[in-house]
Amino acid sequence: MSPPGPPVPRRSYREASARRRLLGVLDPGSFEERLGPAERATSPHLAALGQPVAFDDGVAVGAGALGGRRVLAASQEGAFLGGGVGEVHGAKLAGLLAAALRERPEAVLLLLDTGGVRLQEANAGLVAVSEVMRGVLAARAEGIPVVALVGGGWGCFGGMGIVARCCDAVAMSEEGRLGLSGPDVIEETKGVEELDASDRGLVWRTYGGKHRYLLGEADRLVDDDLDAFRAAAIALAGARRPVDLATLSREHHVLAARLAAHGAAADAAAIWTALGVADPDALALLDADEFLRDVAGTRREAR
Amino acid sequence: MTLPELLDDLFPAGHAVRREGDVLAGTGRAARGEVAVVGTADGAEIGVEAALALAGEVLRVVREAPGRPVLALVDTAGQRMSRRDELLGLNGYLGHLAACVELARRAGHRVIALVTGQAVSAGALALGFVADEVHALEGARVAVMSLPAMARVTKIPLERLEALSRGSPVLAPGLESYVRLGAIASVWRAPLAAALEAALARPAGPDARAALGAERGGRTLAREVARRVGGGTDAG
Repeated sequence: MSPPGPPVPRRSYREASARRRLLGVLDPGSFEERLGPAERATSPHLAALGQPVAFDDGVAVGAGALGGRRVLAASQEGAFLGGGVGEVHGAKLAGLLAAALRERPEAVLLLLDTGGVRLQEANAGLVAVSEVMRGVLAARAEGIPVVALVGGGWGCFGGMGIVARCCDAVAMSEEGRLGLSGPDVIEETKGVEELDASDRGLVWRTYGGKHRYLLGEADRLVDDDLDAFRAAAIALAGARRPVDLATLSREHHVLAARLAAHGAAADAAAIWTALGVADPDALALLDADEFLRDVAGTRREAR
Repeated sequence: MTLPELLDDLFPAGHAVRREGDVLAGTGRAARGEVAVVGTADGAEIGVEAALALAGEVLRVVREAPGRPVLALVDTAGQRMSRRDELLGLNGYLGHLAACVELARRAGHRVIALVTGQAVSAGALALGFVADEVHALEGARVAVMSLPAMARVTKIPLERLEALSRGSPVLAPGLESYVRLGAIASVWRAPLAAALEAALARPAGPDARAALGAERGGRTLAREVARRVGGGTDAG
């Protein structure tokens, strides 16, 4: 329950820049950036295409504190080429994860805002995403929790959508979307009959935080608010999802059960109804607290 | 090369690989013992069912055949692009597959990937590029997407992309690019059994692809950038 008094104004996570998100999620004044804009680690491949470059190649990485605990963190800048992963961008992420194995922080936070591979340097981006994926899995397997926060304007798609689900935990907002092939890509390749990317309701029911939470693909659903993401990051920083046979066997059964139960579902509403949600149409309008109260008894065990 | 020919070349001493839909699973007999085979065939688009089946095979190997090396045969046109696959969380199924491969590696299984046909986008990521070593057959096609599709999405004229991609391993689709980037360790030629034996004999190490990409001149920055962020000597 909220305390009485005037509501505290929210600070949108979605509208914030990559660095602003880090400042809002981490303890005040704690972020120490590595290979920051002053060092001008830019993409030579964009320059060769005659395209603008960014002095940080679209991602900020470094160390900080979260609720007093030492963490490493990265934050992708969606405003630069849709958070696309190129050679330098990807190497900053992979380098941070490699650093985690040596420095053993209490957690690694990945603030993901990305359409996936940056097509202007596609091959290097794809390889970099696979290196990030291996880095995430290595940290997780070594007992260093990796937590993905998804609430930016680009959501989290492509190979980075797989990376998010390699992490120990995912927190997301309804507005942050998570998937593999984004709505525009599906419409472009398969036609508007398959997925109408302009149908915002359909897009959010398919990729949005509430569906991902109900499905078990996200651990926390939060409002589009920096403090809410910070609270979720603190809560999830101790999450462990071991890479062991017992854990992965259990997750395997959950995924098999999902396919068996919902493989023929026509849309998200059918899945929500099957999960026991009384009024699927009403979910879209609820804020995170109302939504979580509403579905408290219905959510299936995710993992 | 047909699948039976490929398996005969890889495992002249014998193999028992079954195919269900697009998913391959079974064993082959190498000089140093049985090898588990998992993979996809005929440029399969990997959807939730295939991802789950592949993960199940990897888990079964870890459970039932401790230490047995795994050969992942990769032939995929990428992820299946459909509303249904997204609705069910295909990225989560592929993340699970990648985690299962990581488990196998940590449990002491050598994991070698061989691109036999196509390796495109997310299909390449979750099955092939998570292996200890990735190799390819001559003629294999590795890519994120075709240049015409890339031109549509990036709004860069196709002619310009084609011109720029010449000599640019970062941009040009194809096997040679991925070799230069360090993502494909080597191209296997006949006799394939010898190449497989040699790969199985090498010890597993940390992810060496950024270093390989630097040596081969395809990725001049990745290793150095990762080092500067990590403060260590390598991205491994």
